[in-house]
Amino acid sequence: MSANHDGANLLEVRGLTKIFGTLTACDHIDLNIAKGEIHALLGENGAGKSTLVKMLFGSLEPNSGEIFWNGEAVRITSPGMAKKLGIGMVFQHFSLFEALTAAENIALSLDDGSPISSIAAKARALSFSYGLPLDPDSLVGDLSVGERQRIEIIRCLLQTPQLIILDEPTSVLTPQEADKLFETLERLRSEGKSILYISHRLEEVKRICDRATVLRHGKVVGHCNPREETASSLARMMVGNEVKAVVRAPAEGIETAAPLLEIRALSRKPATPFSIPLKNINLNVRAGEVIGIAGVAGNGQGEFFESVSGEVLQQDAGSVRIRGKDAGALSITGRRLMGAAFVPEERLGHGAAPRMKLSENLLLSRHATDGKVFVSSGGLVRAAAVYAAAQRIIVAMDVRKSAPDPEAAALSGGNLQKFIVGRELDRSPAVMVVNQPTWGVDAGAAAHIRQALIELARSGSAVLVISQDLDELFEISDAIAVMHNGELSKPLPIAEATFEKIGLLMGGAEPGHAEHALETA
Amino acid sequence: MDITVNILLTIATAATPLLIAAIGELVVERSGVLNLGVEGMMIMGAVAGFGAGYLTGSPWIGLLAAIAMGAVFSLLFAVMTLSLATNQVATGLSLTLLGLGLSGMMGTGFVGQPGEKLPNLYIPVLTEIPVVGKLLFGQDPIFYISIALTAAVMWFLFKTRTGLTLRSIGDSHTSAHALGIKVIRYRYLAVMFGGACAGLAGGHLSLVYTPQWVENMSAGRGWIALALVVFASWRPWRVLAGAYIFGAVWIGQLHAQAFGIPVPSQLLSSLPYLATIVVLVLISRNKRLTMMNTPASLGQPFVPDR
Repeated sequence: MSANHDGANLLEVRGLTKIFGTLTACDHIDLNIAKGEIHALLGENGAGKSTLVKMLFGSLEPNSGEIFWNGEAVRITSPGMAKKLGIGMVFQHFSLFEALTAAENIALSLDDGSPISSIAAKARALSFSYGLPLDPDSLVGDLSVGERQRIEIIRCLLQTPQLIILDEPTSVLTPQEADKLFETLERLRSEGKSILYISHRLEEVKRICDRATVLRHGKVVGHCNPREETASSLARMMVGNEVKAVVRAPAEGIETAAPLLEIRALSRKPATPFSIPLKNINLNVRAGEVIGIAGVAGNGQGEFFESVSGEVLQQDAGSVRIRGKDAGALSITGRRLMGAAFVPEERLGHGAAPRMKLSENLLLSRHATDGKVFVSSGGLVRAAAVYAAAQRIIVAMDVRKSAPDPEAAALSGGNLQKFIVGRELDRSPAVMVVNQPTWGVDAGAAAHIRQALIELARSGSAVLVISQDLDELFEISDAIAVMHNGELSKPLPIAEATFEKIGLLMGGAEPGHAEHALETA
Repeated sequence: MDITVNILLTIATAATPLLIAAIGELVVERSGVLNLGVEGMMIMGAVAGFGAGYLTGSPWIGLLAAIAMGAVFSLLFAVMTLSLATNQVATGLSLTLLGLGLSGMMGTGFVGQPGEKLPNLYIPVLTEIPVVGKLLFGQDPIFYISIALTAAVMWFLFKTRTGLTLRSIGDSHTSAHALGIKVIRYRYLAVMFGGACAGLAGGHLSLVYTPQWVENMSAGRGWIALALVVFASWRPWRVLAGAYIFGAVWIGQLHAQAFGIPVPSQLLSSLPYLATIVVLVLISRNKRLTMMNTPASLGQPFVPDR
């Protein structure tokens, strides 16, 4: 391999331990990162990856253990100190300021006093050279998750660090964008930089990483060369046992099934100066099928989800129809009462109230649809029934947690997502609309969620999945449509869909002209 | 003509303490801290300013004492809310109550004593310009400070890197911490700046407005300053506009009462509040702009996890 394994280690970690209360999040972790290598850090949610990385970046203080930087023992007491040493970080839960522009966000992490305009110019140039186009003057609050991540990556690269820590960097990129990123990472490696790469995507890790360290339950369970492993052997090391592959039973008779969710000529003006208008969207989702919507972040998927779920009402009541009835003028609760269920993109603050218990979060989303079960005729909450239902979902979705009924924010991202999806599945909805079902969720949990969505469809429901993860859409969808610039292409049956065709549509090739574009390409 | 000029002069005098206290609180709130103790810091500044002026015979020393007292008094709030992470609303309220009581006790010896007054600054030649001359160039020194302060805060917040950092902390202290910004240190400085401003505003009351010491002489001006910051959606020039609208209607209704207009005086006295709210609500109709300028982490205690 091109990596320099013989060179001195840039970073050495010896016996690093972090204890939260009774939980040992990191238990005597050893890790070496050589100069000029891409090192993968693998592990399920809750395996201690984030805790380890936070200690390396100075935002958490280890209880014991040592860190050596270029052979010298260091104590990294603050992110500022990590930056001074030459450690850069791209966060999974973004550390951006929503009320500021992209350029201002970048300027905040640079210590030189250069004016914002020159930083904006530098960021724009860098972002285009790395194929991650970015408008430095846009307001972060108006940007999608994918666009926000670009800011994080560019911000990190502008600090010219020696070690770059990337937490799940490709989860919101198109395959073409991810390729660009890999080129970038390989370029950085050839410049002698080291990269610590956290990902659940094993194919990716096999493709670009020189070495891997696998964590499970806070302990290092192995070091390996990912190129010599298979995806399933890596998954086995991470999970400790086999990950069940998602099984998609053939959909039968869906051609004649009645559409349960109909979108007819849905249009929407941009809500803010930076957001995307929706243009004449038409889509039918029939009983028994899973339709996937692919697209680069920020092409109107968020606006589309809001319109379908009823977060934003439509002028034309017939533009969204659920089970054959107009629903465009109904609120979320109205649409839920018609048998629909919705899972938004953001888990914390949108899908769940972070400071409330799981059972309370369950009640919040289902007090209207399951009123008789959860609320007594006098208007009092039946706490025991709510608690029992929450426990039922926790068991059904295998949600791992530290307390019987913890606050939503206390769960790791993947486990909270399992709970939120499970909360809706528990109702057996006739129509299920999910935005980014497994973003930042580990392989085991993602497989669980995907399988559950397929089974819901096969039991006679209509399932619509919006995702930026193409692997996921190919795994679960019966047909894939692509959203680009507020327009939706016709769904391509899965048998005809290929990564190239979908990728071209995502890049803006005319809907329905994918073949033509391929021929000329 | 002279009457108009005099009325305009009194408007500026009424608006100045509101403007200074509000601009200080604006910086505090932009850093994400809600200090409801403005009234308390103001009255402490007033008593310290009067006392130091009275004892030394120099209103300038009084002015410095007012500023220092405001800053020191706000330090109490800063230690409680920032280092000990107490509830900001409760701590701010108790700061006001403490200030009102403490200033009354400190000022018992000053009641009825003649105070020192800061002399007006007359800028030669420019003062001779009709109408505007006296208005702009023949005011008390704190008037000039208040205008310069507003411009400086505007420049600081929106043109300097430090100002950007301060705003970022107000938007999300967790993100700022993740970037290695010293959240607590910035907030300490912001709170103390706000305290110094409130102290200066109090000094204006006891050294310019009515150069004497009267218990509770701040008379709710700290609360008005607080409201101005919110209604001005945390933008300095709107705070200036709000302070002057309030001052103008305040003086206007005083004259109306003197004329004996057949409207209940209570109603007239409430006019300044009403007018200020209406105008500021009208100018902050743009929801997007308001959203951009509202410090999202306002009032939330910050405890970095280690």
